[in-house]
Amino acid sequence: MVNIKDLIRISDYEWEIPRTFRHDMQVPVRIFATRKLIEAVMDDKSLEQAVNSATLPGLVGHVVVMPDMHQGYGFPIGGVAATRFPDGVISPGGIGYDINCGVRLLASQIPYEDVESRLDALASALDHNCPSGVGTKGHIHLTEAELDQVCRDGSRWAQKQGYASPADLRRTEESGCLEGADPGKVSKRARERGRPQLGTLGSGNHFIEVDLIEQIFDREAAQTMGLVEGCLAVQIHCGSRGFGHQICSDYVNEFQKVVQRYNIHLPDRELVCAPLTSPEGQNYLAAMRCAANYAFANRQVLAHYARKAFEDVLAGSTRHWQLHQVYDIAHNMGKIEQHVIEGERIKVCVHRKGATRAFGPGYEGLPEEYRQMGQPVLVPGSMGTASWVLVGTQGSMERSFGSSCHGAGRVMSRARAKKSVWGEDLRASLEGKGIHIRAGSMGGLAEEAPEAYKDVDEVVQTVTEAGIASKVARLVPVAVVKG
Amino acid sequence: MAGQSSGFREKEHTADWELDVWAPDLPGLLVEAARGMYWLMGARLEHGQRQHRSIAFSGEDDESRLVSFLQELLYLCETEGLGFDQVEITVDGNHGRAELSCAALAHLGKEVKAVTYHNLAVHETSKGLQATLVFDV
Repeated sequence: MVNIKDLIRISDYEWEIPRTFRHDMQVPVRIFATRKLIEAVMDDKSLEQAVNSATLPGLVGHVVVMPDMHQGYGFPIGGVAATRFPDGVISPGGIGYDINCGVRLLASQIPYEDVESRLDALASALDHNCPSGVGTKGHIHLTEAELDQVCRDGSRWAQKQGYASPADLRRTEESGCLEGADPGKVSKRARERGRPQLGTLGSGNHFIEVDLIEQIFDREAAQTMGLVEGCLAVQIHCGSRGFGHQICSDYVNEFQKVVQRYNIHLPDRELVCAPLTSPEGQNYLAAMRCAANYAFANRQVLAHYARKAFEDVLAGSTRHWQLHQVYDIAHNMGKIEQHVIEGERIKVCVHRKGATRAFGPGYEGLPEEYRQMGQPVLVPGSMGTASWVLVGTQGSMERSFGSSCHGAGRVMSRARAKKSVWGEDLRASLEGKGIHIRAGSMGGLAEEAPEAYKDVDEVVQTVTEAGIASKVARLVPVAVVKG
Repeated sequence: MAGQSSGFREKEHTADWELDVWAPDLPGLLVEAARGMYWLMGARLEHGQRQHRSIAFSGEDDESRLVSFLQELLYLCETEGLGFDQVEITVDGNHGRAELSCAALAHLGKEVKAVTYHNLAVHETSKGLQATLVFDV
């Protein structure tokens, strides 16, 4: 059990659990948080899970924990860990079941005040166009061959089908496609689950949200991204659906035996792993990339549906009703990257679970227009509270494997949220604030109540004060669609 | 929830769902875990036509067999829209079979993404077996 007295304070925003805290740690744990945020997680197992994560073979540098951390199942949510290539491991649990769960941000030149009276109709159109909810199937019914193409091509498949523009792909992490995906490493069961679900939002904490760009902090970056104060934006939060869930389950199951084969001993079975260059590790990487590409395509299709909703409702009311892509990022992912560790540039597998890539200025993989400023980092807040657009910094490259936070982070269990908050009352409260809500389940709505989450402004302030991201814009919700 | 000899109870977990389950033996533990999972999901069966399903599950230890069984139920739920309320379970070494009396799901309130192995251990107690499960939602 980690106590706050076990932490070494590096600054008001950075702390360390030293490697000596427990005998089986391979590296220390570095936590980006205020004291208040750390005290808030003393009642859950976030830090214990971070210590457990620090036992994985082949880790380099330190395990990083972001200020939106909370208890997960194995890795903490908000965790980043890098293993050395080739002799380190890859851990499916360090990426998560919802592979490439992430966020897409679209922006517009639609002034909020011009369309305020149409927002309720817009919420209905988004709800109608974008399939959501438990067990929902999509409008697209993929054949086996088409699913293979989605796996290999990701957003490129969506572009060929007419769901995406070249600019959409350019402004997506990895251009919307991880190379090296192999559909042959995906089980029949995962394929069965994935084929009917492309273009669906899912449920739980997934959402489509229309926001007002409330405040700009970095005018130059905002201009580059096309963010205009007082205008509307749209966030889409979802992942790889049952396809990704099944792939992760398949490999977590398989790796229960694999760790014995490679004589790997772990404090938590959910941390099971395989050496990166082993056949098992390579098979998982190839399957994970299929799920990642599926999720990129999924968000692309949903973006297309969202654009259609905007056109249907607003084309007659306002001149510039179109939505352009700002960026699309993953926050559950494993990537092979190069980072400087103790002065040496090395190849590593970066596991990000509830953490976002946040590459700083100069990275060649960014679209040309973003290369000088750094990668956009999207931080959705809880329902009814603010969201943020940040940019990555050189500081993140040096201190957090080019990573930053991914959201507000929960502080309250779903059970307690449902007991404390009545869904109907919450909806009424949010609508009283001018936020138009479409939710499939009042119980599900209650679980996502704002009081169940940390203060996103504090989370963002922490990463900016710590120097691993920089503020660009603050957004507030005006319509939310939840499954 | 069931009486003292077998049952389930939800535990606090910040982001996911956690369930304590207990029963006199492994088949009973599997049933209580399934009942608990259905309860968390808000699953409700339709009255009327019943269907029979036979599912196989396996694992090298009780924990793996428990996860395997629940994963089969999640798969059945998602792909066929079926849930069970009566079952006969047999376990023979690493393998098990469940004969399920199923009906269509009239309602499902929440999606479970996965059954995890997080801190999963099947313990022997004075009254039988106990385990704590974490589900990703």
